[in-house]
Amino acid sequence: MTTLPQSTEKKLGLVIDLDTCVGCHACVVSCKEWNTSNYGAPLSDIDAYGAEPHGTFLNRVHSFEAQPESGCSQTVHFPKSCLHCEDAPCVTVCPTGASYKREEDGIVLVNEDDCMGCGLCAWACPYGARELDEIFGVMKKCTLCVDRIYNENIPEEDRIPSCVRTCPSNARHFGDLSNPESNVSKLVAARGGMDLMPELGTKPVNKYLPPRLKDQPSDAALEPQHNDAKGLFAWLDKALENI
Amino acid sequence: MHPAPSVIAFTTLSGLGFGLLAFLGIGLPPVTGWVAFVFFFLGYALAVGGLLASVAHLANPKNAIKAFSQWRSSWLSREGIVAVFALLVMTVFAIALIFFGVRLRLVGLIGALLCLGTVFTTSMIYTQLKTVPRWNMWTTPPVFILHALGGGALLAGQPRLAAVLLASLGALMVWAWIVGDEKGRAGSTMETATGLGHIGKVRLLEPPHSGENYLLKEMAYQVGRKHAFKLRLIAFGLGIVLPVLLMLLLPVTHTTALVAILAHLVGIFAGRWLFFAEAEHVQALYYGR
Repeated sequence: MTTLPQSTEKKLGLVIDLDTCVGCHACVVSCKEWNTSNYGAPLSDIDAYGAEPHGTFLNRVHSFEAQPESGCSQTVHFPKSCLHCEDAPCVTVCPTGASYKREEDGIVLVNEDDCMGCGLCAWACPYGARELDEIFGVMKKCTLCVDRIYNENIPEEDRIPSCVRTCPSNARHFGDLSNPESNVSKLVAARGGMDLMPELGTKPVNKYLPPRLKDQPSDAALEPQHNDAKGLFAWLDKALENI
Repeated sequence: MHPAPSVIAFTTLSGLGFGLLAFLGIGLPPVTGWVAFVFFFLGYALAVGGLLASVAHLANPKNAIKAFSQWRSSWLSREGIVAVFALLVMTVFAIALIFFGVRLRLVGLIGALLCLGTVFTTSMIYTQLKTVPRWNMWTTPPVFILHALGGGALLAGQPRLAAVLLASLGALMVWAWIVGDEKGRAGSTMETATGLGHIGKVRLLEPPHSGENYLLKEMAYQVGRKHAFKLRLIAFGLGIVLPVLLMLLLPVTHTTALVAILAHLVGIFAGRWLFFAEAEHVQALYYGR
């Protein structure tokens, strides 16, 4: 049934640090690589080497610019994938039972054997986290690399989502957000982790750490530092002015 | 939102068909025999034709049968179930009426309610979506039901009733347009979408990809908004005003009825196209659209 579980034992999810993300898109590439060859149908590309390439991705990096009322703007790279919401509207709208939220860890998944490709779940998601695969006709979304995190056939350090494993600037963190002692919960508490579009009441599990505010240069720092030269330079200054 | 022809055909045609079947269920017009057969045939052709058109919208239709399973949470699933019940109950009523000349009043009434229930569940598929504020309004279900009843009354040859129902539909449609325009994205902005509002005004610096994708094709459709006013005039003029005037001012003949029905059809196609095309999805905020 596509009703949501009352509660989940764990809330596995990601914490994304908007302060340290450098917008390199490595997470996008590693996500595509892992997920096109593992869980479910591949992530197809259309016209990949042509004039209008497009295809299915589970994770995409936007870049925004925030402009304060005065001073410099701030560029923020913004990775976006499924937030594995506690109150996931994509799950309850599903007519076939393909979409579900797991009771044991809160991961939202699509059972592709049941999906009829109606696209209603993508309409219900405020975050654009679900994409219908054009070739395979089934809905694709982030699985939180469910085939890595419990996979005993790969080395222990690899048992985290592919995007987290690959991030070179350590901007992505994975853990159990229901446990206040977990690393991710501590990060959220320390850095004021936030929800995206909280007004829609989806209660996302994934949190975003806001970028730290930039230092404001003081006016004093911009003043010329050498108004009155001394010694040799004072003589030179005077001599040159007299020419 | 992308105005898929299959979904526009589905919602308009099946709405008309179920509207006509609802009137036949309560004995309007009081036909029997072969005349009843023609009316029921038209109702079924529209309702079933619309439902089949909706299957064309599916990317993986082999699993469509599973859509009957999730009635506890999903309006789309409920719609499928109610539609099947409505068609089955109306079949019993129609067979008794056409072949045996017997009018099973209670069966007809239940069938009529199920027909309207189908249109209501269809409307709830759109109404439930908080992500599309223009649909997420109390006006959406009554607009869908009045579409079905108004068009159904035209097809059922009930001029006065059609005029009253279509006039109410027109008033509610205009109200929904005005409120929908004011509502916009209902408080969601690029600042709430990104959580960067505490720094300042947010704009998209670089999209995540240079080309199109499913999200943009499906949920960031922009053509309709440009022509919204003209399309509203077409929808209101042809869908409402012309049929109402024809029904009230001219003697009702087959010709006036046909003109009224065709004008209404063109009008509601334009209106339903706009219903999708001008609806904005909050997801598009991540693309600065």
